[in-house]
Amino acid sequence: MLEARDLVCIRGERRLFAGVGFRLEEGELLYLRGKNGAGKTSLLRMLIGLLPPESGSITWRGHAPRSEAFRADLCFLGHANAIKEELTPLENLLESVHLAGESLSEAEALDALEQVGLAGREDLPCKYLSQGQKRRVALARLVHERRPLWVLDEPFVALDSSAVAWLADLIGAHLQRGGAAVLTTHQPVDITAGTQRELQLGA
Amino acid sequence: MLNIVMAVMRRDLKLAMRRQADMTAVLFFFVIVVSLFPLGIGPEANLLRKLAPGVLWVAALLATMLSLPRLFADDLKDGTLEQLALAPHPLGLVVLGKVLAHWLVSGLPLALLAPILGIQYDLSTDALIVLTATLLLGTPALSGIGAIGAALTLGVRGGGVLLSLLVLPLYIPVLIFGAGAVDATVAGLGAEGHFSLLAALAFASVGFAPWAAAAALKIALE
Repeated sequence: MLEARDLVCIRGERRLFAGVGFRLEEGELLYLRGKNGAGKTSLLRMLIGLLPPESGSITWRGHAPRSEAFRADLCFLGHANAIKEELTPLENLLESVHLAGESLSEAEALDALEQVGLAGREDLPCKYLSQGQKRRVALARLVHERRPLWVLDEPFVALDSSAVAWLADLIGAHLQRGGAAVLTTHQPVDITAGTQRELQLGA
Repeated sequence: MLNIVMAVMRRDLKLAMRRQADMTAVLFFFVIVVSLFPLGIGPEANLLRKLAPGVLWVAALLATMLSLPRLFADDLKDGTLEQLALAPHPLGLVVLGKVLAHWLVSGLPLALLAPILGIQYDLSTDALIVLTATLLLGTPALSGIGAIGAALTLGVRGGGVLLSLLVLPLYIPVLIFGAGAVDATVAGLGAEGHFSLLAALAFASVGFAPWAAAAALKIALE
């Protein structure tokens, strides 16, 4: 499904990595590991097409990362939460789904917010939420997300242990449905479903 | 296609309504700048009538400039811009939605305020109507061209000053035909030619600028 070959990344005169390649099939999870500054986020941004690689190629089911067919299959969660402080969690969730070109009913959105533990705070502007709660608003998008490729940058940051376990289960369920996922993380996480692979950067 | 334009526009309008301080600051700037001239020049009706179109148009350009730096900056900072760029529709349509929303919260209110402010300059009713019409027709071009500048200076330190240097020269044609139409009416000549050119500028910039801005945004996101 997702195949990367001989990727080279140069950021500001410095070569971060070269010759990186992997193949990810349905139901497989790829952990990107490496020290701070090893180029994990750069590699993720290459995979989703925001950063063109210096050389090498990336294909997803035969499509290039910048194509619309690729983007229709992709769900990306970045370092930033992509939520608006002025909007409520419910509005943020519905807006982000609509702007991604999908549809979600209000009942489904409320259910997703309940699952991430924000029941009772749906109508509170996000500026009054804590860091962890804001992260949960961003993660609520994943609950009903059925796109086959998830690319998650440090999804476990700012979450408490119960939320980490919940998210691990959610990713596991996604793998069992036949989805693929790429994620970076510094903490040990327990995802049992699917096949786990690992890619060490800057080793 | 149209859905995404509407969705982006609705979201930006909702956000603008939640932080009205930004919008009112722009409008107050416009009101104050336009009102300072009659106070500084004194009650010479003839001189004021001559100055009015130019002053109102220049004030409208500067007021629009004030709101431009935030057009994409907030979305870049909180990660929304990445999500918009990754959505499975052309980024140009997203920018078009943002440009339309920007016009609705800056250009449109400026145009609607203009006839009231124009009274300070002793403009005739005809001239006031033409002034409002030129602003209604010309301000979409300001939002469109401004979006290119805002996208090009996104994430640049001191981008605000650079943005003015980039965008203000591009506003010159809009200024000339906008203020020219009012001058022509005051002088008793027809303003049809000016209106046609303003409309052409507005359609061209709202039609093409979003795609240029989208290309600049992709570079800013790398």
